[in-house]
Amino acid sequence: MVNNKQKNNFYAQGGRARFLRFAALGLLTLTAFLVCVAVGSVSIPLSATAEILYKALTGQTLVSGTEATIILTVRLPRVLSVFLVGASLSLCGAAMQGLLRNPLADGATLGVSSGASLGAMLAIFFGITLPGLPLAGTAVLSIVFAFFSLLLVLSLAFALDRSLETSTIILIGVIFTMFSGALMSLLITFAGTHLRSLTFWMLGSLAGSSYQEAFFLLAVLLTCGALLFMHSSELDAFAIGEDNAANIGVSVRRVKLTVMVLVSVLIGICVAIGGSIGFVGLIIPHITRALTGPAHKKLLPFSMLIGGVFLMLCDLLARTLLSPVELPLGVVTSLIGAVFFVVILMKRRMTA
Amino acid sequence: MMLRAEKVSVRYKDLEAVKQVSFTLEEGQWLMLVGPNGAGKSTLIKALSKTLPYTGKIALMDRDIAKLSQKQIARGMAVLRQSQQVNYAFTVEELVRLGRYAHQSAWSKKDEAGSGKVEEALQMCGLYEMRKQNVLTLSGGELQRAFLAQVFAQDAPILLLDEPVNHLDLAYQQSIFDLVSLWLKKPGRAVISVVHDLLLARRYGTHALLMREGSVAALGGTEAVFTRETLESVYCMDVGEWFKNLYQPWGDGQNGAT
Repeated sequence: MVNNKQKNNFYAQGGRARFLRFAALGLLTLTAFLVCVAVGSVSIPLSATAEILYKALTGQTLVSGTEATIILTVRLPRVLSVFLVGASLSLCGAAMQGLLRNPLADGATLGVSSGASLGAMLAIFFGITLPGLPLAGTAVLSIVFAFFSLLLVLSLAFALDRSLETSTIILIGVIFTMFSGALMSLLITFAGTHLRSLTFWMLGSLAGSSYQEAFFLLAVLLTCGALLFMHSSELDAFAIGEDNAANIGVSVRRVKLTVMVLVSVLIGICVAIGGSIGFVGLIIPHITRALTGPAHKKLLPFSMLIGGVFLMLCDLLARTLLSPVELPLGVVTSLIGAVFFVVILMKRRMTA
Repeated sequence: MMLRAEKVSVRYKDLEAVKQVSFTLEEGQWLMLVGPNGAGKSTLIKALSKTLPYTGKIALMDRDIAKLSQKQIARGMAVLRQSQQVNYAFTVEELVRLGRYAHQSAWSKKDEAGSGKVEEALQMCGLYEMRKQNVLTLSGGELQRAFLAQVFAQDAPILLLDEPVNHLDLAYQQSIFDLVSLWLKKPGRAVISVVHDLLLARRYGTHALLMREGSVAALGGTEAVFTRETLESVYCMDVGEWFKNLYQPWGDGQNGAT
C-alpha cells in the first residue's frame, strides 16, 4: 500500500521545479534578446542597450543619437520579428508532430512552406494587394496555399498508405516541394516587369522588418497560439492513435481540421513576411520534448520560447559571421538543421 | 437496458460486413462476440462505438448514439483494442490520465473525481509503482494493462473489448480478463468483447453472440449458444476435438495433426 506522504506528492509533483525551469527559460530569452539587439556591425554596450530599451518602453524622453536610432528603428523590429517567426514555426512543428504522431513532421518536410512561398509569389506576380494593407495580398495567398498544400500532401500520403507512415509523408512532402519549386521557377521565367519584386521577395529575409510586421506577427501568434494551446489534451490523445483518441471522446476530424488551419495561418504569415526558413519547426520541438516530455501543455509554450531564442541566435550568426556580408537566415538554419536531421535519423536507427 | 442494437448493418464499398444485427445488453452481462475470421465482430464493435458509419439504430442508455457527441459516447462506453502503439515517451500515468478526457470541458480542465480515478485504475492494474515509467519501455503485456487502466479511468459503464488479449501470453490473458471480471462486479456495468478463444469466452462470458458472415447465427446465454451443433455448423470443424484436454495421455495416434 502507498503511504499518505507519497499520496500527497502524487499530484503536486514538480510544480515548483516546473516554475523554476520556466523562469530560467524566460531569463535566457531576455538575455538573448538583449544580446541580439546590442551586437551587430556597430556594437553597443549591453548597459546602454538596456537603458535605451527601458527609456523607450517607459515612454521617457528619447535619447537621441545614432545608437538609439540603430536600436529602435533597425535592430529592435528585426529581432522582434525574428523571435516571433522562430516561435511560430516551432509551435507549428510541435503541433504537427503531435497531430501526425510523426517526429519528423514540419512545415518544410511536409512541403507546406514551399506551397506558401508559391502562393506569395503568385500574389506578387499578379499584383494582388488589398488597398491600405500592402502585406495582405501575399499573406492571404500564402495562408490559402499553405492550407491546400497541407491538405494535398496529407491526402496523397493517406491514399498511398492509410497508416501515414513517416517515410510516406516525407516522400510526398519532398515531391511536392520539388513540384512547387518548378512552378516558382516558371513564374520567374515569365516574370517580366515583376522580376525585381519577385527576386527581392525570394531573397527576402527579416532584415528590413518593420514594427508593423512585428505587431502583425505578434497578434497572429497570440491568437493561433492560444487556440493551439487549448487543444493540448487533444494533441496528446493523438499519440495513442486516431481510433483510440475518438474512443476517449476526441472529435478527431474537427480537431485535425482546426489544427491544420491554425498551422497554415501561422506558416503562411511567416513565409509572407520572412520567406522560407527551414528546419526550425523540426529541430526545436525535438530538443524541447527531451526537456519537458511529450505532453503538449508544456511542449507548446516551451517550444515557442526556445524556438524564438534559437532563431534570434541564428540571425545573430547570419549578421556577424561574415560581416559585412550578411547571410540569409534560411541558409544558417538549414545548415544547422540538416546536420541535426541526420543525427536524429541515426539515433532512431541505433535505438530501434 | 444499457445498450441496444437494432438491425445494425455496416457496408464497406461492395461488402456488407455486418448484416441486420440486433441484440440488447443488460446490466451485469458479459457478452462474448464469437465467430470465424471475417464474420464482422470487430466491425460491429467499431459501429457500436461510432467510429464507423452504420445503418440501423444503436441506443446507449436509451439514447440514440447518432445524436450524441463523441464525448458523450465516451462517457458511456470505453474501448480497448487489440494492439496499441504510442509514438511519444509519455509516462504510464499520463497515458492513463488521457482516459479522463471526456470528463473535462474545453475551457476548464477541472475534473474533480479525475485524480482519484486515475490512481484507483493504476492501483487496480498493478501499475502504481511504475506510474512514472516511460510507456515506450513497456512490454506488450504491460502496455495493454496500461491501456486497460486508461479504460478503467474513463469510468464508463460499458466496456467494449476488441480481441484484447490476442498477442498476449496465457498469464497476461488471465490477468486482463480477471481484472475485467473484477471491474464488472460493481453494479451498473456491462462488457462486450470479441474473443477468438472459445474456452476464454466460455469461462468469462455470461452471454454470447455467434456471428457468421456478418449475421447473427446464435444469440443467448453462453450455455445455450455453445452447443456442439451450433458451433460446428458455424466453424465447419470439430470444435470439441480442438479443445480436448491438453494433458490427455499421448499415444493411440492422437498426437500431431489429424
